[in-house]
Amino acid sequence: MKRRSCRSAVAIVVACLIPAMMVWAEYADVILNNNSENEGVAPVIFPHWFHRIRFQCSVCHVELGIRMSAGSTGIRMQHLMDGRYCGACHDGGIAWPLDNCDLCHSGKPGIETGVEGTHQTTGPGIY
Amino acid sequence: MRASTFPVNRVVSRSQFIFVFLFLLVITSVGLAADKWKPLKKDGIHDPSNPAIKVLQEPADALSVLQTDTVGNNVDWARTLDYGFIEPLGSLENDYEPEILETTVLMRNTMPMRYVRFPHKTHTQWMSCETCHDSIFIAKEHANPINMGKILNGEYCGICHGAVSFPLTECDRCHNTDSSTVPKEPTASAGDGSQ
Repeated sequence: MKRRSCRSAVAIVVACLIPAMMVWAEYADVILNNNSENEGVAPVIFPHWFHRIRFQCSVCHVELGIRMSAGSTGIRMQHLMDGRYCGACHDGGIAWPLDNCDLCHSGKPGIETGVEGTHQTTGPGIY
Repeated sequence: MRASTFPVNRVVSRSQFIFVFLFLLVITSVGLAADKWKPLKKDGIHDPSNPAIKVLQEPADALSVLQTDTVGNNVDWARTLDYGFIEPLGSLENDYEPEILETTVLMRNTMPMRYVRFPHKTHTQWMSCETCHDSIFIAKEHANPINMGKILNGEYCGICHGAVSFPLTECDRCHNTDSSTVPKEPTASAGDGSQ
């Protein structure tokens, strides 16, 4: 009896640790790390939720030419300094200027390019 | 009867007490993990040691005041926009005129599922025609060989649904039209899989 409860206690502790190890990024957060870490800066995290509150899809995906596939647009800092892609707004006018490196380059070391958060859907919703 | 005669000491042994305690711990941790919007420093992708974490807006601050949903960001974005909770800018150009299309597209080649009625209005409130036409969908009937396999693979509707718009677990939101409620299609185009 004592051995069994000890074993179940270990199982419960492991079960406790699983949620702590999981990634709980917000749905549609985009990680860009094709070049960031190679160039010595942290990966970029683009929060879709923040931007879609303020802009419609076509602003970035049509007018600014950002492709709808993470990492496929080939964005480099030089483009941004030329006023392209993120640089169209992040110029100190509409949004913060490009010298605030940390605000975009805020990702954990080693995370891979892609769209995060979709795993949060654990099953059909109620509507 | 005195309180001390209640047989709690005999029924709950020490190991059982530990078991119950740990069980409650699991419930609590699962509950915390299931928070609707995780703080940035705990979301698993942001670097908690980055000084910018204190400056960036927290998802809960922005999203908790919008229309709720049970999937994705836990925000019903279509309703949020419809009810005027947000007014996202349609263009960086000053002379931009939004083009809201009221038509719907009925897709009948849905196998045993209900027909799909695609609302142009909901979509044009979020984006211009060029976002989809003709790079993703050819603006012509039966010109798009859409199927669920491709959508699950991130093509057609799956470019957004399952990545940024409501996910593909929500079958009924698209498969929303009973075939008996719409007249039969006059031309025989069924079978080629095109929509």
